[in-house]
Amino acid sequence: MATRVGPETSHEALGLDADDLLSMYRYIVTARLCDEASFRLNRQGKAPFVVPVSGHEGCQVGTAYALERGSDIWLPYYRDLAVVLVAGFTPKDIFLGLFAKADDPCSGGRQMPSHWGSRRLGIISHSSPIGTQIPHAAGIAYAAKYRGEETVAACWFGEGATSEGDWHEGLNFAGIHKLPVVFVCENNHYAISVSQTKQMAVENVADRAEAYGFPGVVVDGSDTLACYGAMKQAVERARAGDGPTLIEAKTYRFFPHTSDDDDRSYRSREEVEEAKHKDPVRIFASYLTEHGIADEDALERIRTGIGEDIDRQIDDAWNAADPDPATLELRCYAEG
Amino acid sequence: MTEKNVVTAIHDTLHDEMASDDRIVVLGEDIAARGGVFRITQGFVDEFGEQRVIDTPLAESMIVGLAIGMSLHGLLPVAEIEFADFIHPAFDQIVSEAARMRYRTNGDFGLPMVIRVPWGGGIHGALYHSQSIEAFYGHVPGLKVVVPSTPADAAGLLRSAIRDPDPVLFLEHKKTYRLIKGDVPDHAFTVPIGAADVKREGADLTVVAYGLMLHQCLDAASRLEEETGMSAEVVDVRTIAPLDKETILASVRKTGKAMVVYEDNRTYGAGAEIVATIAEEAMFDLDGPLVRIGGPDVPAMGFAASLEHAFMPDTDRIYEPMLELARF
Repeated sequence: MATRVGPETSHEALGLDADDLLSMYRYIVTARLCDEASFRLNRQGKAPFVVPVSGHEGCQVGTAYALERGSDIWLPYYRDLAVVLVAGFTPKDIFLGLFAKADDPCSGGRQMPSHWGSRRLGIISHSSPIGTQIPHAAGIAYAAKYRGEETVAACWFGEGATSEGDWHEGLNFAGIHKLPVVFVCENNHYAISVSQTKQMAVENVADRAEAYGFPGVVVDGSDTLACYGAMKQAVERARAGDGPTLIEAKTYRFFPHTSDDDDRSYRSREEVEEAKHKDPVRIFASYLTEHGIADEDALERIRTGIGEDIDRQIDDAWNAADPDPATLELRCYAEG
Repeated sequence: MTEKNVVTAIHDTLHDEMASDDRIVVLGEDIAARGGVFRITQGFVDEFGEQRVIDTPLAESMIVGLAIGMSLHGLLPVAEIEFADFIHPAFDQIVSEAARMRYRTNGDFGLPMVIRVPWGGGIHGALYHSQSIEAFYGHVPGLKVVVPSTPADAAGLLRSAIRDPDPVLFLEHKKTYRLIKGDVPDHAFTVPIGAADVKREGADLTVVAYGLMLHQCLDAASRLEEETGMSAEVVDVRTIAPLDKETILASVRKTGKAMVVYEDNRTYGAGAEIVATIAEEAMFDLDGPLVRIGGPDVPAMGFAASLEHAFMPDTDRIYEPMLELARF
């Protein structure tokens, strides 16, 4: 059965210093504030479609922070705004996508927002069908191993994706060949409206790892450092040639599935409010103040500064050019 | 030049490409120890090793998905789907992922990769070892779909497919594998993707075909000339997508009559697109009705020889309408 990773006693034990923690905090806050701004823009009629991240920031930053920028490969899914921030996207990049501008680095305004991708940053483009990136992660890891690289591929998905055949097929192949890949399940207990009990008969997605011949780890998704610890171990294992790990971060999505969803039809307000008691932003801030990394005033200054910066980047993105309709038929093939 | 059958032509080309470029890996079911059910990769695992010749689990979606990942990280995968009939689980990976990768990233990502697929009937394959799949994928922008029908075209088009910067579905008609022999140049030549080929010159009508039907049409055209002195120009489509309209239309404009023959179910088949293209762009050059011959609209050919024969257009069934159109 899956190992459980408990709360870490200290960041020092994980090899993180104060700068790391503040950097992680900035990513977490940036993701949360981008989310809140996106919903404001949605209500203003400026952003037709928003995929929220709130609730998932801790497990996303915790896991993503354990990778090497520039050499490791990131295969996120649409809720992974905080993952792509760690991978190198700026808020402006996010909002260029939200507004479907020509300079949207993911797709030039072709895909819906939050369909990440950037060759420069090693973020692999994904589609809307669920779970299709799992075999891609295995293929990338196979290629990395074949080429003798130290590269690790990390692949994120919701628990909904684990019902797809591609999920099983990808993990199975990764296990057979002991590939350098880490699978991260952000289990928020709902595939849009379908609760976990109607998706699987087991309590933990991570339990399935045993069937693929590699470790499964359950971790509290609101505990950023516990997620980092689990991921660090998995990445080291992958880099050492010992094969994949399946990490399951138990988390919760505070907002509806997207701006077009109404979650009141499938979960009670009491349940959502209860889940917010485990807000990863607040929990991580408490860790910082309790360990003397920063006091509440310093954290407030960080939040204010990030908020102002995001507002400026939103303005820049909003004023950027729309895609030229004359490009509709371009870049279907290399020669066109 | 060396005379080869289609299997040998594909085997030798893939072998030589792998020998000269270690980015190329092949993956699929039964391709390593067994050398492929049609022996395309016979001996490869001994020469190139298990890392480059990968026996995969029985999971077609994964085979294509892995190939996409490999391509994204610097390899040149040549995936094999054992039979076209089994490619359907991979439809999402091919259509949603491989075909759309370049477009959806505004050109940021490209996917050089080849998916080899044995297709077609005439081998007692019944419902699930005889299917034609070209129309499903010819409909999808972002993919290239090639259908070589001779050993030389198979070799030249495979080399082009491996060197192409975009995903190529490489369809190999199973009945032609050992039936069709021909001279293949010994050097590393290519046949361009997107170029049809006039396989037989003629003056009285144009016949457009691919796969096994190409060879049936060539036989029927020989008989027409012997029995009536009239000549049919036979155009080998060679690439379903992108379709070489110019070569087809030039022939139709020359002869003034056109007949399209394909093995797939008639309705919405690739031949329907070819007929529509001729109707749209060469209507006033036509001196006779457009003739379209395809398989019947039933789920598949049966296992019984009588049922298989009843499904597949053959030389006799092509000859009669060919004669009628030539005389029109």
